[in-house]
Amino acid sequence: MNEDQYILAIETSCDETAVAVVKNETELITNVVASQIESHKRFGGVVPEIASRHHIEQMTLTLQQALDDSGMTIDDMDAIAVTEGPGLVGALLVGVNAAKSIAFAKQKPLVGVHHIAGHIYANRLEKEFQFPLLALVVSGGHTELVLMREHGSFEIIGETRDDAAGEAYDKVARTLKLPYPGGPHIDRLAHEGEETIEFPRAWLEDGSYDFSFSGLKSAVINRLHKAKQRGEELKAEDVAASFQASVVDVLSTKALRAAEEYGVKQMIVAGGVAANKGLRKALEEKFQNSKAELLIPPLHLCTDNAAMIAAAGAVAFNQGHRSGWDLNANPGLDLERYGARKTGSPS
Amino acid sequence: MNILAIDTSNYVMGVAVLRDGEVAGEYVTHMKKNHSIRLMPAIDQVMKDTGMKPEELDRIAVAHGPGSYTGVRIGLTTAKTMAWSLGIPVVGVSSLEAAARQGAFFQGYISPFFDARRGLVYTGLYDREMTLVKEERNLLMEDWLQELKESGEQVLFISQDTAVHKERILEVLGDQAVIPAAPYQFARPSLVAAAGADKEPGPLHDLVPNYLRLPEAEAKWLAQQENK
Ligand SMILES: [Zn+2]
Repeated sequence: MNEDQYILAIETSCDETAVAVVKNETELITNVVASQIESHKRFGGVVPEIASRHHIEQMTLTLQQALDDSGMTIDDMDAIAVTEGPGLVGALLVGVNAAKSIAFAKQKPLVGVHHIAGHIYANRLEKEFQFPLLALVVSGGHTELVLMREHGSFEIIGETRDDAAGEAYDKVARTLKLPYPGGPHIDRLAHEGEETIEFPRAWLEDGSYDFSFSGLKSAVINRLHKAKQRGEELKAEDVAASFQASVVDVLSTKALRAAEEYGVKQMIVAGGVAANKGLRKALEEKFQNSKAELLIPPLHLCTDNAAMIAAAGAVAFNQGHRSGWDLNANPGLDLERYGARKTGSPS
Repeated sequence: MNILAIDTSNYVMGVAVLRDGEVAGEYVTHMKKNHSIRLMPAIDQVMKDTGMKPEELDRIAVAHGPGSYTGVRIGLTTAKTMAWSLGIPVVGVSSLEAAARQGAFFQGYISPFFDARRGLVYTGLYDREMTLVKEERNLLMEDWLQELKESGEQVLFISQDTAVHKERILEVLGDQAVIPAAPYQFARPSLVAAAGADKEPGPLHDLVPNYLRLPEAEAKWLAQQENK
């Protein structure tokens, strides 16, 4: 690359309105995230219509802030990247149409990005990738093991058959009457408690890298219910610790086994649940003697942000991917199919 | 002044380009199809056909509702972000006023409306000067018709959803009601542009959809707070 390249990216797949600028694929220039979490707290979860309403109120303000922070203008950008899916359709639509509008107004190339590709590429803002690599993607909507043999190629070798890990966290948190979002509260309580209850671990068939958390979730809810009927005191800290122990045991064991089988050079943790201290600790222990290097991004890159979309978008852009003016929100976008899409402009 | 006008607030999708007050081009479709896929290609087409470059635009006008929440947001996001990128003002025009402008030659009052399901409509009452005589709101068509009947005025109805309500309108209002033929029953995007030319633009970031209705979750939550 002779000249510096700048990508402006937009992410609105759930409840964060985010805009970022990344330079030369890996250098973070600015990363603005307008969170709506306070607004959704009163409903105990994200309400899609309300999320969409916040996005349209925040979109141009967030764009302006990103430019103000970076001291740059749209004219300095080489391309506009945006999350096209998966996510909440109404929320995605705001980002997709905003990105198309900037690209059209300023006649810039447009690049649609898969949200999970973004989560994985968040790590590249910290450290260069070495292939093959394996990514453990854990968030409110996803639990996947993704194998990457080269840039832009994604093979899902394992995924959840029911609930995502983050979903199980939220449901258990609700049963323990913890405020929304529950994940961080369980993580905090788990560190104050002890694993006193033996909860099941879903290993599934031999050699499977798939996950299942709905049985565990039900086991926790049943145990709490039984304790209540018997008038037995269960410490919330211990329930949290026991639940978390089961989740991180399965995640870290399967991640290590897959890393060995595929002989990967790097093991990347991605998604909102990567912020979980219990998971970080378990993975660090498991990978202590592994040849694969364990990479966990800093907190601000784990949760939804646009820097990760810019990082993935920059690679897609340099590989020749372009989106047309008919780019749409794609709430069920498939990662493998996204990776296998043809390069070039579709329109 | 060069204006780009956008209306995706209901199922009629419209884009218009005005050059120095003249309509240079219009693109209108009447299909219930995805505006998000079709809006930007339509803008691209009209701009190309009229030889208008994005940087030659002086203003963007947008129908900002009421209507389909998603449709309103697609149009408004596009209008706001395009205006922001170009550093030009954006003007929000009520989708009801845009429809009412079709009846600007009518002697009585004009009631544009959009069906909002379960007997509800979004509507308001305009006179031929486009002054709002009765405020825009979301209410039962039945209540609206009674209100109009009591006023004793002649009312012109403009709506792409006429078929759903025509019978009842005529039952309640009889000779008081005028319902024009289908080709008059929607807001042309050049009327959005004309309305946008007349209005004073506000701060860009503050322009929000004219929903006329709270999201269900919020309405329930507010009701709960009141009962506490
Ligand atoms: Zn995410």
